[in-house]
Amino acid sequence: MSWRLWVPLLLFAGFLGLAGYQLSRPRNDFVESRMIGEKLPFFELRPATSDRPGIASVQFADGKPRLLNIWASWCLPCIAEAPQLERLQESGAEIVGVAIRDRPEDVARFLERHGNPYTAIGLDDLSEVQLGIGSSGVPETFVIDGQGRIVYQHIGDIRAKDVPILVEKLGKLGK
Amino acid sequence: MRALLASIAVLFASPLLAQQSLPPAPYAYRQLDDPAQEQAAQDLMETLRCLTCQSQSIADSDAPMAGDMRHQVRIRIASGESPDEIRGWLVERYGDYVSYKPEVGAATWPLFAVPVLLLMLAGALLLRRYRRRA
Repeated sequence: MSWRLWVPLLLFAGFLGLAGYQLSRPRNDFVESRMIGEKLPFFELRPATSDRPGIASVQFADGKPRLLNIWASWCLPCIAEAPQLERLQESGAEIVGVAIRDRPEDVARFLERHGNPYTAIGLDDLSEVQLGIGSSGVPETFVIDGQGRIVYQHIGDIRAKDVPILVEKLGKLGK
Repeated sequence: MRALLASIAVLFASPLLAQQSLPPAPYAYRQLDDPAQEQAAQDLMETLRCLTCQSQSIADSDAPMAGDMRHQVRIRIASGESPDEIRGWLVERYGDYVSYKPEVGAATWPLFAVPVLLLMLAGALLLRRYRRRA
């Protein structure tokens, strides 16, 4: 019997092995932004509440690193995230919010109920800022350096274990 | 019975209500006035992936974010951008993931090369066999 007869079987076994290996690897459902390392695109957003200003991209170039939190009052994980944002604020982080497809009265009610860690909140009615920085859902949090460059993206709600990571990222950028 | 049904219906409707906080973007469902431009926008939208639903094109999806992406596509087409520029703008932000259009690249060329190689191999094997018989 020729050794060549075994070639197709070996090829098939190799294919099975590859498929099995790929199936056993955990699936990554997150769509990561390709804008890490890039400057924020230009935007200007009107205020989302009466007691906080809106935000504009030029404000991020003042030398101070910040967290840019993409959220919405209709988003349930954002409620789970609220206490962690408060902890970040207490540790000295400046957090600015972008409220996606939201209404001022809903924003006000959410902040009253779950706390307001933001220094400024802008309304993004058309998800323009979200699309501009490569964010694909709410909530997401971006670390922005003092020159307005995107340094890091956290996808999903911030859990307790994520707080030190974000504090460290901000700390590295200096105050 | 009817009250029970109604309360069950309300139970299922409330998450939807919570999502519908704002009306859709102006060009999420409205077509462009110029039919040629609308056709170009439609063709492009069918090859862009919805980011929140992930297995639908933005032309097929009713997710609010897909509506916002259709709005972007339509106003950019209307302002004279080419479909390739718009696709490029999105790929710059989300990577190849956002595009359903197959591209030959550093990671994808084997997908195009392997079938051709296999066909050539099969052809060569068949040819040899027929020649031997003849």
